[in-house]
Amino acid sequence: MGIRERLSGNEAAAIAMKQINPDVVAAFPITPSTEIPQYFSSFVSNGQVDTEFVAVESEHSAMSACIGAQSAGARAMTATSANGLSLMWEMIYIASSLRLPIVMSLVNRAVSGPLNIHNDHSDAMGVRDAGWIMLFSENNQEAYDNLLMAHRIAEHKDVQLPLMVCQDGFITSHSIENIELLEDDIVKKFVGSYKPEHYLLNDKEPIAVGPLDLQAYLFEHKAQQAIAMKNAKKVIKEVSEEFKKISGRKYEFFEKYKLDDAEMVIVCMNSTAGTTKAAVDELRAQGIKAGLLKVRMFRPFPAEEIAEALKNAKAVAILDKADSLNAAGGALYEDVTSGMFINNVNVPTVNYVYGIGGRDTTVADIKSVYKDLEVIAFEQSKQVDGTKIKVENPYRYLGLRTK
Amino acid sequence: MPYNHKEVIANRPSRFTSGHRMCAGCGAPSVARMILRAVKPEDHAVIAGATGCMEVSTFIYPYTSWTDSFIHTAFECAGATLSGAEAAYKAMKRQGKLPEEKNTKFIAFGGDGGTYDIGLQSLSGAMERGHDMVYVCYDNGAYMNTGIQRSSATPKFADTTTTPAGSVVPGKMQPRKDLAKIMVGHHLPYVAQTIALANYKDLYEKSEKAIYTEGACFLNVLAPCPRGWGYNTEDLMQINKLAVDTCYWPLYEVVDGVYKITYKPAKKLPIEEFLRPQKRFKHMFKPGNEWMIEEFQKEVDARWQELLDLEEITNKKD
Amino acid sequence: MTENELNPKTPMEDLTIGGNIYTAGNAKEFKTGDWRSTTPKYIPELCKQCGLCFPVCPDDAIPVNKEGKREDFNFDACKGCGVCAKVCPFKAIEME
Repeated sequence: MGIRERLSGNEAAAIAMKQINPDVVAAFPITPSTEIPQYFSSFVSNGQVDTEFVAVESEHSAMSACIGAQSAGARAMTATSANGLSLMWEMIYIASSLRLPIVMSLVNRAVSGPLNIHNDHSDAMGVRDAGWIMLFSENNQEAYDNLLMAHRIAEHKDVQLPLMVCQDGFITSHSIENIELLEDDIVKKFVGSYKPEHYLLNDKEPIAVGPLDLQAYLFEHKAQQAIAMKNAKKVIKEVSEEFKKISGRKYEFFEKYKLDDAEMVIVCMNSTAGTTKAAVDELRAQGIKAGLLKVRMFRPFPAEEIAEALKNAKAVAILDKADSLNAAGGALYEDVTSGMFINNVNVPTVNYVYGIGGRDTTVADIKSVYKDLEVIAFEQSKQVDGTKIKVENPYRYLGLRTK
Repeated sequence: MPYNHKEVIANRPSRFTSGHRMCAGCGAPSVARMILRAVKPEDHAVIAGATGCMEVSTFIYPYTSWTDSFIHTAFECAGATLSGAEAAYKAMKRQGKLPEEKNTKFIAFGGDGGTYDIGLQSLSGAMERGHDMVYVCYDNGAYMNTGIQRSSATPKFADTTTTPAGSVVPGKMQPRKDLAKIMVGHHLPYVAQTIALANYKDLYEKSEKAIYTEGACFLNVLAPCPRGWGYNTEDLMQINKLAVDTCYWPLYEVVDGVYKITYKPAKKLPIEEFLRPQKRFKHMFKPGNEWMIEEFQKEVDARWQELLDLEEITNKKD
Repeated sequence: MTENELNPKTPMEDLTIGGNIYTAGNAKEFKTGDWRSTTPKYIPELCKQCGLCFPVCPDDAIPVNKEGKREDFNFDACKGCGVCAKVCPFKAIEME
């Protein structure tokens, strides 16, 4: 039933969008996501979709137009990267606060400055508290699959939140890899049609969207968003299970790769997980109990589940492809460690900021992290009474040139 | 059928209700209400509002003054927001997702801050893409919502809170931007400059043309602000009349590039008549500041002449 | 619970999501009459029903019937700005 193909991550995203056939796509070109609106506009030009493509004059307008379209009752999608997302930033918050299930394909790239067009996660991390569901994808297949699941999750009546599917710029977006696509009609049936309860274009019930929301109400409206984000966990689980039935591919909040008996664990997201899997396989062949926890669902953040999955590890490294510049550690590190702390999982942890601005991260780099973890685990093992050691300098860099 | 304002008001429902929180005597609400009366009663409208006085006063949770669908997103993007709604309409109508017989009109309202300045790019994009919509700028000549800061629509020498008339700098030092001409430069099917006068004929007729001309259309409406301009609240309509009789605010329309001045005062009044009742120009009347009035007059005359010339040139038949 | 009953004591579960309002034009129920410092007085005997006051009211406070004739002010809405009195050529509106 699947169709075997060879596609880049951008092509995979564009084909997912074609199969979803949204009513409106509004987008502005930016490297490395430019190809998505390019491919998509060719689908429009050739009558392969029913979409109105709005070739806006900026990303701010792209998100504004998506908000206008989705409020009007349409399914709206966009794609962007880095500074494009930065320019949208104001509207990103407005999209989620208006509870609009807009779906975005975010091809991760370093946010300026200085200017750099290559991959890291600083764009996504800049909007991590904006109220969007954020799914990360290791490769083209996952970018495609996550997009196919996106509307079912975002539009669910208990959720009604926008969703972004992330993939790594160039590494995934421009690399051609094998992929298994689903048939158009299977996707169409799975995604279903969008039937909002209230929308601007319903002349029988005109509505007003986006009020001045003062002290008496904003707090409650934000708390409604927080509840929707909690609800999203259950919905993501259900939709992923249903997706498995049509695709045979299993998606969870995070992927556990040789994790169950692992002593040294790396936590990371997107394409680095592929590199890490190669390192794990090599180390396992040497008898080293290395494992990987690959976060797919970053928002909502599965704090309790991750803590549970890490509780038997001896040392954990959390890899952040964006620096928070806060003198404390990266965003994923903070989320994981605070999740561990509140769930009483006390395992020595260390943070590596890596891959900034497209700096290559090799299997050897990843193996060096496992090596560091072995040292930490060894230090811990010397504590005969079980007292937890304090990891020295837990906020580190991987692949950075220094004197 | 010739315009009869009594019939229009009696037979076309108000689509902008009372209960809004605009200031007493504000020039904008009656303009918005009359523009919306030009929407056929059987048609639905989707209205976008840029952040500004009008938006924050007409949709304060849980009350809306708009009887049609209304969306506000942010300050600078009413054009883009509405263009998305219009694109949705096209796509959904094409796919049969909306009733075929029902028409929806798309109208954006922005103040001069949201239109001349921070929203200019979004407006330009929406107009250039040719969405079937009307963008209405209610120009009150400054950022009134945040407390009377200058905008690029603020006239020269005006005293605002960011161009205070001081002992060295006598108010705003730059003349106002001509937004309607920028819109004409987009080669739109319909661009007009209008105002509320006596029976609102000029405003109503231009609104009707803008709303029912296919494509992206633009209306620039002068909407006096008693607080920001410093005139007596009850003098709204007198101020409007002086704005057009001094040719400070010429009334014209540009249909497919052809200019038509819709009001030529029988006797063009000196600009002092418009300036004097307004506190924002008070310093211009101090002894020794006559040059400011002269300069203002020159600017008005030059712009009026330019408009007369454009009318002549664009109507010339070979 | 109707939207006009939503108030600063309404629990979050009962508020509409995103601050949406589904009863367009409901501000009509919000009274602004208490803003007035001066009040217009309509003098029907002097009124010629010319209609110049109909459109100028920022607050839609001059009801006009189907025959195109005005009635007395809606004082729930009128903010007392006086624009109508100023445009009346027949002194049929006095500010008090």
